[in-house]
Amino acid sequence: MSDIDSKIPEGSLDNKWTKYRSTVPLVNPSNKRSLEIIVVGSGLAGASAASALAEQGYKVKVFCFQDSPRRAHSIAAQGGINAAKNYQNDGDSVYRLFYDTIKGGDYRSREGNVYRLAEVSGNIIDQCVAQGVPFAREYGGLLSNRSFGGTQVQRTFYVAGQTGQQLLLGAYNSLERQIGIGSVQMFSRHEMLDIVKIDGKARGIIARDLISGKLERHFGHAVLLCTGGYGNAFYLSTNAMGSNVTAAWKAHKQGAYFANPCYTQIHPTCIPVSSTHQSKLTLMSESLRNDGRIWVSKKKDDTRNPNDIPEDERDYYLERRYPAFGNLVPRDVASRAAKERCDAGHGVGASKMAVYLDFASSIKRYGTIEAHKKNIHNPSEEEINKLGKEVLKEKYGNLFDMYKQITDENPYEVPMRIYPAVHYTMGGLWVDYNLMTNVPGLYALGEANFSDHGANRLGASALMQGLADGYFVIPYTIGVYLSNEIRTKAISTDDEAFVEAEKKVQDQINKLMSIKGTKSADHFHKALGMILWNKCGMSRNEKGLKEAIEEIRSLREKFWSDVRIPGDANELNIELEKAGRVADFLELGELMCIDALQRNESCGGHFREEYQTEEGEAKRDDENFAYVSAWENKGNNSWDLHKENLEFKEINISKRSYK
Amino acid sequence: MNFTLKVWRQKNKNADGKFVSYPLKDISPDMSFLEMFDFLNEELISKGEEPIAFDSDCREGICGACSMWINGRAHGPVPGVTTCQLHVRSFKDGETIVVEPWRANSFPVIKDLIVDRSSFDNVIAAGGFVSINTGGAQDGNDILISKDDAAEAFSASICIGCGACVAACKNSSAMLFVSSKISHFASLPQGKVEARNRVQNMVAKMDEEGFGDCSNTYACEAQCPKEISVEKIAKMNREYLTAKLL
Ligand SMILES: Cc1cc2nc3c(=O)[nH]c(=O)nc-3n(C[C@H](O)[C@H](O)[C@H](O)COP(=O)(O)OP(=O)(O)OC[C@H]3O[C@@H](n4cnc5c(N)ncnc54)[C@H](O)[C@@H]3O)c2cc1C
Ligand code: FES
Repeated sequence: MSDIDSKIPEGSLDNKWTKYRSTVPLVNPSNKRSLEIIVVGSGLAGASAASALAEQGYKVKVFCFQDSPRRAHSIAAQGGINAAKNYQNDGDSVYRLFYDTIKGGDYRSREGNVYRLAEVSGNIIDQCVAQGVPFAREYGGLLSNRSFGGTQVQRTFYVAGQTGQQLLLGAYNSLERQIGIGSVQMFSRHEMLDIVKIDGKARGIIARDLISGKLERHFGHAVLLCTGGYGNAFYLSTNAMGSNVTAAWKAHKQGAYFANPCYTQIHPTCIPVSSTHQSKLTLMSESLRNDGRIWVSKKKDDTRNPNDIPEDERDYYLERRYPAFGNLVPRDVASRAAKERCDAGHGVGASKMAVYLDFASSIKRYGTIEAHKKNIHNPSEEEINKLGKEVLKEKYGNLFDMYKQITDENPYEVPMRIYPAVHYTMGGLWVDYNLMTNVPGLYALGEANFSDHGANRLGASALMQGLADGYFVIPYTIGVYLSNEIRTKAISTDDEAFVEAEKKVQDQINKLMSIKGTKSADHFHKALGMILWNKCGMSRNEKGLKEAIEEIRSLREKFWSDVRIPGDANELNIELEKAGRVADFLELGELMCIDALQRNESCGGHFREEYQTEEGEAKRDDENFAYVSAWENKGNNSWDLHKENLEFKEINISKRSYK
Repeated sequence: MNFTLKVWRQKNKNADGKFVSYPLKDISPDMSFLEMFDFLNEELISKGEEPIAFDSDCREGICGACSMWINGRAHGPVPGVTTCQLHVRSFKDGETIVVEPWRANSFPVIKDLIVDRSSFDNVIAAGGFVSINTGGAQDGNDILISKDDAAEAFSASICIGCGACVAACKNSSAMLFVSSKISHFASLPQGKVEARNRVQNMVAKMDEEGFGDCSNTYACEAQCPKEISVEKIAKMNREYLTAKLL
């Protein structure tokens, strides 16, 4: 039995959400005007939630740490967004998207949530088109689609290689519209540093004005954390430099359960690490696997130029191992396969920690099609090459440019070199069907929650989930709570709870500033990243995890006695911001390892070496581990584990195979 | 590689600023320009000095946070890239590299290389949107849009809002930024309904925020990291005239 209630409504799967949203309590428009909502985060989840709630009449305050809400990390998403529109007439449906997502997550997510996600996916596309998002189109003017990993239909909508940017700008424009009208108050360059709880309910936040350094108190009848993922615990990841766990972690320390912290997504196609000074890693979108083929040489330590290696000496290992899905297997599978080849001595490039992603055959295929379209008979190889490259440029131009800038190599001519990197975190704050954490009035949306992706997220599903949460779920589910709050008057921020919360934040800042040690926050962050990457990364084992826990504990101690933060707390101080975030990563890192250690099975992105099949595939244990691990913070870096059992009524839980 | 970095240091908005020179030795040519700053900052911290404050987040040219004026150009010497995409290998060994914040009345300096660009958000809030509420939109495929129109809209909507155009312009004009948003919507049927109000409101706000006039020097186009064309400005001017005439 679960000891926590996910509040999934009763009824048949395909009718749950419709029935629920048609019967949940509502807040009438005049009452909405006196209810205040705090939204922390302005990425896809935050911007969409804030604008949708403000449109309904709620009074909304939005916070982000960047200088403008438009710069939230969502801006960097590249490849696309899924929706079950079946525009391609290839057999897609709400059910198929639901099924693919549950299977993609290795049967570790909730049926009810995922079905709802698939149901509202189509509305998202309609909404974004209406906002003016310039999605890719076919010649006839209809919306265009492409494939992403873990699916056999084409349901991914995209805008070149910058889908996140265009979707975020759509949401940001809507948010700015509400700011202009005065129904949203925006606080950029502000960092939330704690939740304020009164009588057990979330009632506000303490935020630091990052320019003046002053602490501020803000009241809200409800608080929504839309603060993104924690992949930067690993220091090197594809996340933006500022992405961090602080908001979620402070909420966790105030009682919110943290779910499945060990589920990290390592993305197979990123530009490999090239120097010790590297500050972040760059993704090459999964969409490239539509047209790029992944291979290594059959010969070990082959130093030949890739273009000189003949076809029959190449090992297209994904196509070989997984003929049904080929290069489009899900990310966890593709990443492990790359690691396996490199560990076996077939890695390419100077570091030998890379594989090829090759576009030569697509250039040929597209070039030939284009030549036909243009009525060129017997096109020369040169013509085909030229036309094919033009097609690739239209589809992925910005990605190819990015690759060239970073590596100084031209991917139109030589295969890309790629390697897996930390990318996304499926774990996050535990939420129920209403997206509320176990702290009443405190919600988590987008990557910050754990809800829909199980142990592995399928490509193009994060944008879908963020916008589903913000545009189409929270506007309904928040009424369940707020309809009981219409009599709650705005609480003065002079209330003792606010004063105390602010003092606690101030004390931590003072403590950090007073250490005056010898090493920068980045120094500790890099060290933590190394521990996590080596022992809680693409593959884990009991011994390594136990060591990691000890190493993190001792690193944390060193941090609290030796970090150096120059400057003053009462001014813009980037080192202080970093140190606060690293302090939280150092606690989270331990919990990630503890969670990985208790999960004695392999599933999705969590690969425990002890639990694998003879072919090296992940071996799940449904009998003992078909649950969400939800950790309760007991203070002093100790935790209690709560289990939410996952019930599969619709789907036959089975071996996950992409062969 | 060795360099001398000559960097603008300014404690806060009200303080006077000045250039400070930092010699750098043995920089790897593979480092990005901002990684060189990280490296320098580590050195400063280990000496107990305050590191140089600068904005950056995505470090892949898409968020628009990074904003350095390098050797007299927005985002430095390489066309079509942001500061975070620059590599050290684009500079000459031994070179002195001068780095300043954006200079414009509408972008006051906050600290060192960080400026306040909220005036851009204010211009968007004045009209840079389609006024539709969430829910109730028609099916996405009900609006047919030709490949060309979608591409035209996209060529404007790629603006990252970094402010390079304003910094590059001797009049600190925001015409390229504002016209990008206007052209994006003007190229699509969804944007047509409100076209008239949009252009008037955004232009009025742009003036109110203190951005200067355009005198057609095209420095904005030359230094835009996304290489957005000044044709967008012409398009905006047409939209503006039409709005005024009707
Ligand atoms: C390079 C890259 C490419 C990707 N491509 C795709 C793709 O093609 N398709 C797809 O579906 N997904 C993709 N993803 C994943 C997807 O982009 C993210 O999961 C998603 O955008 C997260 O959105 P969000 O709104 O939850 O959070 P974010 O966009 O990360 O926003 C977080 C917000 O919270 C704010 N914030 C955080 N902490 C605080 C605090 N303490 N105080 C105040 N504000 C705070 C930040 O300022 C920011 O506004 C990609 C991810 C990366 C890294
Ligand atoms: S840091 Fe995002 S564009 Fe440079």
